[in-house]
Amino acid sequence: MSRRDAPAPRPGFVLETDRSTPPILFHHGEGFRLEKLPPGRTRIIYPAESHKGLADPDEAIRDALASPLNSEPLAALLSPDMKLTIAFDDISLPLPPMRRPDIRQRVIEAVLDTAAAVGVEDIHIIAALALHRRMTEAELRHAVGDRVYDAFAPSGCLYNHDAEDPEGMVIVGTTDHGEAVQISRRAAESDLIIYVNINLVAMDGGWKSTATGLSGYTGLRHHHNVATMCNSRSFMDRHRSELHNSNWRQGEVLANAGIKIFQIETTVNNNLFGETGPLSMLQKREWEWTAKDRATFIAMQTGLGAMPRRARRRAFQSWLAPYEMTSVQAGEVEAVHDRTLEHVLAQQLVSVQGQTDILTMGLPYICPYNVNSVMNPILVMCLGLGYFFNLYRGRPLVREGGVVIMGHPTEWEFHPVHHPSYIDFFEQVLPESTDPLVIEERFEKQFAEDEWYRHLYRNSYAYHGVHPFYMWYWGAHALEYLGRVIVLGGDPAAVRRMGFQPASTMADALEMASDVVGRQPTITHFHHPPMLMADVS
Amino acid sequence: MSIAATLAGKRIAITGSTGFLGTALVERLLRCAPDCELILLVRPGRAGAKRRVEREVWRNSAFNRLREDLGKEGFADCTANRVTILECDIAADGLAATTETLATLASCDILIHSAASVTFDNPLDRAVETNLAGPLRLLDALHAHNATPHFVAISTAYVAGARKGYAEEQLLSTTPFSVSLDWEAEIDSARRVRQRTEDESRTPDRLAHFTHEAAKRLGAAGTTALATQREQLRERWVENTLIEAGRARAASLGFADAYTFTKALAEQALADRRHSNNTSNNISDNNTGSSVPLSIVRPSIIESSLAEPYPGWIRGFRMAEPIIINYAQGILKDFPALPESIIDVIPVDLVVAAVCAVAASPPPEDPKVFHVASGSVNPFRFQELHDWCHDWFIEHPIYDEYDQPISPPIWSFPSRTRVAEQLSRVKRTLHITENTLRMLPVRGAAAEAYAEVQEQRERLDRVAEYVDLYGMYVECDATFLTDRLVELWNDLDEDDQATFCFDPSVIDWHRYLQEIHLPSVMATARVKVAPSAKTDLTNKPRQETDERADPINSGLLARWLPSTRRGEHAIMERRRKQILSPDRHLAAFDLENTLLASNVVASWGWLSTCRLPRSEQARIVLRTLAETPRLLKLDRADRSDFLRYFYRRFKGASVEQLNEDTWEIFSDMLLAQAFPDAIRRVRQHRNLGHRTVLITGALDFVVKPFHPLFDHIVCSSLGIASDRYTGRLTATPPIGENRAQALRDYAHAEGLELAECIAYADSTSDLPMLEVVGFPVAVNPEPKLASLARRRGWLVEHFSKAPGGPRKLIPIAPSGTSR
Repeated sequence: MSRRDAPAPRPGFVLETDRSTPPILFHHGEGFRLEKLPPGRTRIIYPAESHKGLADPDEAIRDALASPLNSEPLAALLSPDMKLTIAFDDISLPLPPMRRPDIRQRVIEAVLDTAAAVGVEDIHIIAALALHRRMTEAELRHAVGDRVYDAFAPSGCLYNHDAEDPEGMVIVGTTDHGEAVQISRRAAESDLIIYVNINLVAMDGGWKSTATGLSGYTGLRHHHNVATMCNSRSFMDRHRSELHNSNWRQGEVLANAGIKIFQIETTVNNNLFGETGPLSMLQKREWEWTAKDRATFIAMQTGLGAMPRRARRRAFQSWLAPYEMTSVQAGEVEAVHDRTLEHVLAQQLVSVQGQTDILTMGLPYICPYNVNSVMNPILVMCLGLGYFFNLYRGRPLVREGGVVIMGHPTEWEFHPVHHPSYIDFFEQVLPESTDPLVIEERFEKQFAEDEWYRHLYRNSYAYHGVHPFYMWYWGAHALEYLGRVIVLGGDPAAVRRMGFQPASTMADALEMASDVVGRQPTITHFHHPPMLMADVS
Repeated sequence: MSIAATLAGKRIAITGSTGFLGTALVERLLRCAPDCELILLVRPGRAGAKRRVEREVWRNSAFNRLREDLGKEGFADCTANRVTILECDIAADGLAATTETLATLASCDILIHSAASVTFDNPLDRAVETNLAGPLRLLDALHAHNATPHFVAISTAYVAGARKGYAEEQLLSTTPFSVSLDWEAEIDSARRVRQRTEDESRTPDRLAHFTHEAAKRLGAAGTTALATQREQLRERWVENTLIEAGRARAASLGFADAYTFTKALAEQALADRRHSNNTSNNISDNNTGSSVPLSIVRPSIIESSLAEPYPGWIRGFRMAEPIIINYAQGILKDFPALPESIIDVIPVDLVVAAVCAVAASPPPEDPKVFHVASGSVNPFRFQELHDWCHDWFIEHPIYDEYDQPISPPIWSFPSRTRVAEQLSRVKRTLHITENTLRMLPVRGAAAEAYAEVQEQRERLDRVAEYVDLYGMYVECDATFLTDRLVELWNDLDEDDQATFCFDPSVIDWHRYLQEIHLPSVMATARVKVAPSAKTDLTNKPRQETDERADPINSGLLARWLPSTRRGEHAIMERRRKQILSPDRHLAAFDLENTLLASNVVASWGWLSTCRLPRSEQARIVLRTLAETPRLLKLDRADRSDFLRYFYRRFKGASVEQLNEDTWEIFSDMLLAQAFPDAIRRVRQHRNLGHRTVLITGALDFVVKPFHPLFDHIVCSSLGIASDRYTGRLTATPPIGENRAQALRDYAHAEGLELAECIAYADSTSDLPMLEVVGFPVAVNPEPKLASLARRRGWLVEHFSKAPGGPRKLIPIAPSGTSR
């Protein structure tokens, strides 16, 4: 039976546990845990099975370019003597990185074909990385393909965005809320910007692509701050997110300034670890594991246990996801994004009845900011309390004053090249305070304007000096809302430095949580992998 | 007539007034003999005699009582009116005194000679000059003026030597134990030994040995540093040889050490020479006819005072104190002594009183000897001393670095040979460990372990020395008879007995030890008598992080000999605060192993391979590996030569290409191997407004990306011809002394003070730079520097690579870097 004839993927659902529920898989950094959760009062949210990918993605892309939403076809927007800028999402998407050919390569090649047919000559291709680290040559080649890279990079027409280039950035205007709108000068002065996006979660895309991806500290600080994050319920929900409202206001300024943007958004399915192959059991439901799955899992756990940490990290970081493209839409930013969101939610949304006292989650080895790098403790916080906590629509999965138990080794480890300001943030800022508001007021400016961090961001491969602050703000809403955060299996010193509590076993963690939520709390487990977003009523 | 009355109107000259006994003597005479006049003969030293007396005598707590009695002004009047301070050095020919001084000395009624070199392990010639020739010079000065004051010489009971039985209050020559000696020949011989040893120390063989030893200690630290070290080694060798000569000569005649030996000779010499018409010799040729009346006071072991000026008064560390402290610290686990033997201790105030009484007694026709000792009338046994000390330290323990009370050991009183054997066994083990560690290519915590072993070995050396030196005293089985002293005591009236008590039978040893002596010793000793107030357990200790980052370097060895202690931690914290003060001017940094774990060979490896395919890279790596021993040897011999030789490899390299590659090596190798704490430290200095300077032998294009961290970079650079590097340096590389010079030049040009500068470096080859600044910091020091830093009290920092960061086994570029 070929895949195309397979039955329709099963939707996500909520499992009420009982005595017969097998131990549940927790992602645990570069490893896994199986945890038996208390029966009777625990429910587990399972994501939907992976949707089918498009049969012919290249054709779908060509179709989207030829018949865009609320826009003339791409070919009609191009002219030979125009200035064209193609911007694309950086290394932070998708997660884990996907197998070749990357969606960006497919889309950019299609766009370049169209442009070549028209005879456009002045084309720049920019990795829209905002304040993220620069992508290395190998990473750029992976994203755009060797053909594009070799054609554009040597002549300096394919490069990383530089938000600290005093000549290369421009303020386009100010929103009615007083927010400065800053983007790359090349993009602003182009006749057309084509933005190539991969929409992994509901937060991505829309005006956020350009207004954030091609911006710098001057523009970003208006929405990358504690107040905005606390007013975004959640930042994954476009219409209840102050983060998005602000980006949309900035987008409006861009549009009013006459900057033309042709947005191309794509979505992927939930196939992170393959439906066949060695890791396929990771996206199966535990009671459906076959004997072979169990044997593979045990072998994998044993193997991982025997590997040194560096080797384990290399092994995980080298995993490329067999993602398939589920949709592609092009045209006017907002129309395109609405359609994109439909596709994302169709794959990821699981409806859940009511909140819980304790939310448990197993955090993986990767987040948007440690591809080919180290998941440092600050990123663990950001992934758990920023991303996973906010993957809800309606209300948070956990009640106000409840407890989050997140599993991750949270080693006291940092990448010295990628995360220099993180090291200093961890050593200098967190011992002073873990309160996002205090941190923002006392330390942000100093880190953001630091000459050395600026130098490293521009010339080395470092995240911007202010980036660890944004990571901390990403969890601000959760920090304000939760009664306690427990890190299961985390390095005690690193966990305590962040103001959380370390626990060695799930039983310990539940015992610790009982101070806050009582002896018989309800527990909800956010099952990962693969991706899901909870629709909490 | 009372003592005070006898001494009234008398002019008393005193030598050695800045010493333990002298200070107490001056105090007592001023307080209890109100109408005498004092002439203090003081070695001027650097400050001058008056300043010395002001600083070392009047300010001493012994005078607190008198100051209280008289009031501040009264005290000043008293010292001004009754005391004359004259410059005089008994170890110098002619006393180094003016004619007026000598005349004043001759006008005295009484001369109390208390100056001596009391250190037991003095070089032979120094002991002879001070203890033997010194009093003779005084005598000569008196003879020259035909003066015959009452000469009261302070000697020691231990001139009796290591003999058993009763020692009487007689001149040695009149006892059966006497060995007839020609003291004049001894003086001449000692001077010749000095000369011979000095000459010997300058022979090529010896100098070669010092050169070798200096290199072993400092490595390639530069000419000046090595020269200084060699000269120090030479001086120390001369000193040690002379000490050994003194010990050997003393031992050959049955004396414990050079001190007692020279003191015994001095008694003899004084007795022989008090008649000015005796003989002529090289000390003086003046002959007249009168003779100086001589009294000799022989105290035993002088310890803290029983009652005057206040109970427990003590000055400096005496003989027993180091032993007591080492005992309480649990270091001296056993001691060779006979438990039933008498330890003859006498409180200082009793000695002072006896000296006053002797001085006030009529000048004797023939020399008179007085023992001031406790052994014969009020014996204090070694077993009692041990037991009472043990009990007291159980109640009042010393605390160790972990705030745990140290339990004092119980001595089994083994023989001296057994203790010596045990000590030498432990010392040998430590010595081997020390040598092994020194040769290992270790840094940071493991290198600190080396310094630690060295410190422990030195501590044991000291203990062994105590055992050696004091062993003879405590093993001494002689009983010092005090018949004459008792007679003197009985002649005193009641008032004098109350004011000038020197009756040893009044001492209650148990009370004296536990209530007076030990509390007084502990109050002056620098040891921890209570646990630290604060314990910081809030944040993760850095050590733990470091260990995880580098288990080989810091794990095993560091745990075997833990080097980070809380006490040390607090000291380092204090030093760090001094360095991170806005008052400092400049911070200079070495690059390799100070800011990052890399070196010029690795940089070259990376740069030379970054544009090559994998197979070619492997070839280069293999070739360089094969060359490593030779390169290392060259580097050890002379770093500048090594760099000159090594940098030739860049000959023909394209300037443009290397300028591009420098940014990649910056991220892929230098930053990846950087110490985040070190970089943060540079930035801290900048934030504090300090200038920051990088001084490195690395090449300019390699260090260029670091420019935002530094105000000024001193580095090597290569010549360029038609856009290619020539492989030749444009100037001498900043290595060794050149670093110090570069720093000096920069500070001078910018108007900064070197005393307010800080320098960070990792090896003894940076010693010149570290020594030139006011605040040197050893970063991840290699063993030699670790040991130096510990001795000199420098801040030691352990910076490590970011835990979890990428590691490179071989310094080559990742494949695909080629552009």
